[in-house]
Amino acid sequence: MRHLLDAADLDRDAAVDLLDTASRMAATQEREIKKLPTLRGRTVVNLFFEDSTRTRISFETAAKRLSADVINFSAKGSSVSKGESLKDTAQTLQAIGADAVVIRHQASGAPHRLAASGWVATSVINAGDGTHQHPTQALLDAYTLRRHLTGPGSDGEPGLGKDLSGLHVAIVGDVLHSRVARSNVQLLTTLGARVTLVAPPTLLPVGVGAWDCATSYHLDEVIGDGAPDAVMTLRVQRERMGAEAEGGATGFFPSPLEYTRTYGLDARRLRMLPDHAIVLHPGPMNRGLEISAEAADSSRAVIREQVSNGVAVRMAVLYLLLAGEKEKWS
Amino acid sequence: MSYLLRGVAPLGEAPTDVALVDGRIAAIGADAVDAAGSRATVLDGAGLVALPGLVDLHTHLREPGREDAETVETGTRAAALGGYTAVHAMANTSPVADTAGVVEQVWRLGRDAGWADVFPVGAVSVGLAGRHLAELGAMAYSAARVRVFSDDGMCVHDPVLMRRALEYVKAFDGVVAQHAQEPRLTQGAQMHEGEVSAELGLAGWPAVAEEAIVARDVLLAEHVGARLHVLHVSTAGSVDLVRWAKSRGIAVTAEATPHHLLLTDDLARSYDPLFKVNPPLRTAEDAEAVRVGLVDGTIDVVGTDHAPHSREDKDCEWAAAAFGMIGLETALSIVHTLMVATGRMTWADVARVMSSTPARIGRVDQSSGQGRPLAVGEPANVVLIDPAARWTVDPGALASLSTNTPYAGRELTGRVVSTFLRGHPTVLDGRLNEPVRTPVEYP
Repeated sequence: MRHLLDAADLDRDAAVDLLDTASRMAATQEREIKKLPTLRGRTVVNLFFEDSTRTRISFETAAKRLSADVINFSAKGSSVSKGESLKDTAQTLQAIGADAVVIRHQASGAPHRLAASGWVATSVINAGDGTHQHPTQALLDAYTLRRHLTGPGSDGEPGLGKDLSGLHVAIVGDVLHSRVARSNVQLLTTLGARVTLVAPPTLLPVGVGAWDCATSYHLDEVIGDGAPDAVMTLRVQRERMGAEAEGGATGFFPSPLEYTRTYGLDARRLRMLPDHAIVLHPGPMNRGLEISAEAADSSRAVIREQVSNGVAVRMAVLYLLLAGEKEKWS
Repeated sequence: MSYLLRGVAPLGEAPTDVALVDGRIAAIGADAVDAAGSRATVLDGAGLVALPGLVDLHTHLREPGREDAETVETGTRAAALGGYTAVHAMANTSPVADTAGVVEQVWRLGRDAGWADVFPVGAVSVGLAGRHLAELGAMAYSAARVRVFSDDGMCVHDPVLMRRALEYVKAFDGVVAQHAQEPRLTQGAQMHEGEVSAELGLAGWPAVAEEAIVARDVLLAEHVGARLHVLHVSTAGSVDLVRWAKSRGIAVTAEATPHHLLLTDDLARSYDPLFKVNPPLRTAEDAEAVRVGLVDGTIDVVGTDHAPHSREDKDCEWAAAAFGMIGLETALSIVHTLMVATGRMTWADVARVMSSTPARIGRVDQSSGQGRPLAVGEPANVVLIDPAARWTVDPGALASLSTNTPYAGRELTGRVVSTFLRGHPTVLDGRLNEPVRTPVEYP
């Protein structure tokens, strides 16, 4: 594997292998000296055309813990804002000597263009493209689900060697615009989980029927009858909202209040969940909109743990893409 | 100048000889040798099909304004190589072809180039802005004799403006060619809305945004008794609507492009903007419905929507790229490969949908002798095709100034061998020959 562009790039064994590698990476992070020499002398560029401090620092931390040199290139204050094309920017980074480009871009498919166009020869890691894919987010979500819900694996390490067979995960919110939802549907089902997407009909894409998952417009039914092992709430962006819709466009739902009433993970819905169920959110949260403070701060919430797991998963991805050329996969 | 075409098959029928003398078809059959005379240039036409010169109702020549992408000269060279003797140049240039001055400029550039007749299309609205009617009469009565009016690239979405345009052009037997795209339903749209767009996370261009306008416009055309031409029909629903309108006797004609006949939305999975076009590539079911519509006559013409774009407008991420693909040099081969070689259409059908009907819709059959039948006394606008030739599309080898073909590397069957414009060979042996030199007239 040279690139990580889509969650669908991974089959079950490759995904389990990657999560296992992340487990071993996480174990090293318990040590006093967290830094590993694995990628010494390699250069990782974080090429961010879209603001995302969280994802960028997660990748940066992951690369640095593996001793890689890290260059952060953000569209703001760079030549990109002067109109430089993606092609020229990428070729500049290659000329500087990048071994891997971690790209976040507002255009769906930009990482594919980078990987397939022949513009650059580096590895390309998709750190979120438009409304398409965010594979490392899905990996950290899968990793988190596995640790909490699949019991002890080999070596007694939670989940090690296991997939997500038998689990039911509800993903709630703006599926239409969500790269997190697309990547999670692919990866979680690859790993054997069952996924139900819950959203108002306006926030499910036309064509969602072809996806390997169930869909529902009714959160109470899914939580009550579906007894999900995990609920993942998606961020609702301000510009999609009723009265505040961008440029006077028609909103996707009548009002934030109606959204919260119908699709918000509030205290009542939290209590309806099975005892073992956990709550995930890719962040940043809109407290009081898609998730209540009770849910975000409850013992079920693993939201901060998702952030820590993100570093381990991204270390594993960088390791397998860059060191994997020489060493066999784990 | 005389040419004797030996053993060619007019409309794919029995081989015979055809004499082209002084710009006209002088004889077909046994007396062709005599008619051509002893000084005629003799071309061996064994195995070649002869069709009337093709007429494109939908070409973007980009001049004036985007001469980096195409010029009248380069675009009409591509047209000649594709078997065309006439093209209609769309109005979305810079400045827009919304005045007599601009359409006459384009018309003169076409005459000066001499590779094919260039018939400018006039804009419906000033600046394609969809607010006020352009001076349609001035364009109609100019030297360019404009009969086709279109804001192509933009939809005439205001129903009142569309009604007025349809009514107004009746005065000079014009036609409004509509780019059917409801703008509110397609804000930011990138590709056909369906399973593939859902997966790719590209904003959807729903079929209903085309069909809603087609439905409205055929009813408007019926109401005011005007001619409507629907450009680049791309959905099964639009084909049904046009079929229904024709059954009611509404004066609607419709166009299919080679790419909507052949290509489908799953090509967007590559995220390669070479497959980004407006209206977008649709599903396999839509493409088949368009093919069925072309076969049963619901769709009247194949138009190329030849849309050249500079490299930088395609060498980028999908959302940043321009819509459009070139098609003049591949259209006939695609129609042959897809429709004739498969037995779904005859060569006579091809002549109808790529020559005579487009010429009649554009009203250039009488005025300019385009799209006329292969018959004695008619203008010698003739294309010779080798239906057995197989060739692989090489973007760098095309005559268009731009290379944005979606067919790179694709093998097609059937290739233009020669093109005659009023008896003059613009293309011989598959290569550009010489343009027609029209003496410059100064008033």
